[in-house]
Amino acid sequence: MLLLFIYPFIYGLALSFTPPKGDWLANYRTFFTSDHLWPTIWTTLKLALPATIVNVGVALPIAYKMRIKSSYQRWITTILVVPITLGTVLIAEGMLTYFGPKGWLAQFLQYFHFYDGSIRLTHNYWGVLISLVISGFPFAFLLILSYITGIDPVLARAASTLGADPFAQFRHIYLPLLAPGLAMCFCLAFVQAFSVFPSAVLLGAPAGPTRVISIAAYEAAFEQYDYSLASAIAMIMGFVQLLIVAAVLGLRGFFYRGPVSGGKG
Amino acid sequence: MKHDFSELRLDRVTRRFAGAGGHAFAALSELTITIRRGEFVALLGPSGCGKSTALNCIAGLLPLSGGTIQLDELRIDTLPPEKRGFGMVFQNYALFPHMTVRRNIAFGLRMQGVPGSQIASRVKHALKLVQLTGQEHKLPGQLSGGQQQRVAIARAIVIEPPLVLMDEPLSNLDAKLRIETRAEIRRIHRELGRATIYVTHDQDEALSLADRIVVMKDGVVQQIATPHEVYAQPANLHVANFMGYRNVVELDIVREEGTRVELSGPDMRLVGTRKQMGPGTRAVVAMRPEEITLGEGPDGRNTIVARVDNVEYAGRDSLVDVITSSGTRLHVRATSSPALGDEVRVHVSPERVLVYPVA
Repeated sequence: MLLLFIYPFIYGLALSFTPPKGDWLANYRTFFTSDHLWPTIWTTLKLALPATIVNVGVALPIAYKMRIKSSYQRWITTILVVPITLGTVLIAEGMLTYFGPKGWLAQFLQYFHFYDGSIRLTHNYWGVLISLVISGFPFAFLLILSYITGIDPVLARAASTLGADPFAQFRHIYLPLLAPGLAMCFCLAFVQAFSVFPSAVLLGAPAGPTRVISIAAYEAAFEQYDYSLASAIAMIMGFVQLLIVAAVLGLRGFFYRGPVSGGKG
Repeated sequence: MKHDFSELRLDRVTRRFAGAGGHAFAALSELTITIRRGEFVALLGPSGCGKSTALNCIAGLLPLSGGTIQLDELRIDTLPPEKRGFGMVFQNYALFPHMTVRRNIAFGLRMQGVPGSQIASRVKHALKLVQLTGQEHKLPGQLSGGQQQRVAIARAIVIEPPLVLMDEPLSNLDAKLRIETRAEIRRIHRELGRATIYVTHDQDEALSLADRIVVMKDGVVQQIATPHEVYAQPANLHVANFMGYRNVVELDIVREEGTRVELSGPDMRLVGTRKQMGPGTRAVVAMRPEEITLGEGPDGRNTIVARVDNVEYAGRDSLVDVITSSGTRLHVRATSSPALGDEVRVHVSPERVLVYPVA
């Protein structure tokens, strides 16, 4: 534990406070004063937050629909696991051919005249967002599915005998019991999306609109060989993640967090 | 949604499930019964007999494969459960773990859009009825099993359902609490007068609670009758077995006159009463241990000679096992305890020797 997690963190933290020149806060001052560096926080948030919201928001209703065990559920689950095993680089490669200006999607839309303008879904913001959804969605889906199937379906049946229609069953039974799990899922999905790197480079416009914070850290470390500044950026990145996670988990405190079954038995 | 009715009619209600190898099997076949206002009906049978399937079909939690259910003139088997408005008590209570006792009980009323002031007074009344006043702010997890069960009952009856459905509500309670809660259910039923369908595998529960008992086996109704009739006059050997007729002996028929049957075996001659007609020259007699007494019968009739093989002391009386010379074992409840190995005579009255066809 100590060797794997704590030591590298402490080392990085110490490194970020010992810049080659200037006082101990010089790196942080550089980050927050340079127009080249601090906006990367917003750039990254603008990608990571919508991607997380879409992933969790879309995974929830689909997982809810699939909560009843069936062979159908097994198939969908298997299909959804595939993007996780592929890795982001392979997804990026695939997307370049599929979503690119001369890709299948563009050709299909233009052939049937659904949309005649030029379609650019790669090498910009949308490319990175789509790739974050593709790689993050299965993760969110499987996590939520496991939370949902953990809730005793008898509770929803009991609610239905008391007059709750399917929407009310979701709203009053499933949603409150899922809230802590959803918060956890949101945090994990967000942290994953916030540290986006390969797709931002391969599918985005790394010089401009998708210059995310991890690119800034990479450039500092491997193009300017300023490990100290890179560590500082990494620390800031961690801090922003921590802030969002703390906020979401703080909200979780307002919800019921106990067993999700309806009694003994 | 109705709050009252005069008749609930189930007509040939059938539910099939896909079984192994794609063969559909009927978990419930052709259940036909009419339940009257205020009546307490118990569905009784071993696990897998289709009693819970029947209850879920009535509640709307399982679609029917055939037949119809009508509440007076209203056909309800096509309605979803939330439109039927039957209160249901589940085996594991199914209390909403994230809601307090009060919110659990109020849930049905909220779903029906009852105004808040009315909800408060009705919940208060329901809490009083199940004797849980003062517990309303607790979560279900903070209550004992018996209290949880009472919350489940309050939640089901507070919506004033035309029909209350109970699925083995006492099976998760310990023996003492079970008897207490049974009396409680009886009292609540008497006070509210709501028609109730109660599923159980425990014949004592069914006998003590119900106005009528439906005995089921393998999805098929075996007998529908009052507790006394099911207890004393089982319609067939299966019901007899289930109601505690532990002595079952196959004998030859000597003579038959109306319902009076004379039978004989290698070491006994008995006169019995025919309960179910059947072909063949042999028949099965069923006798309850409580109805066989030690000693000789009047003029030596219906008397069996046997040797004492085992004696189990049971407080008020003893359970004595006796074996006849040909090896037939009989269970007898006796007020005195004979010694092991003694030769004894036991007898049973002809009305209590029930005769059924050989299975």
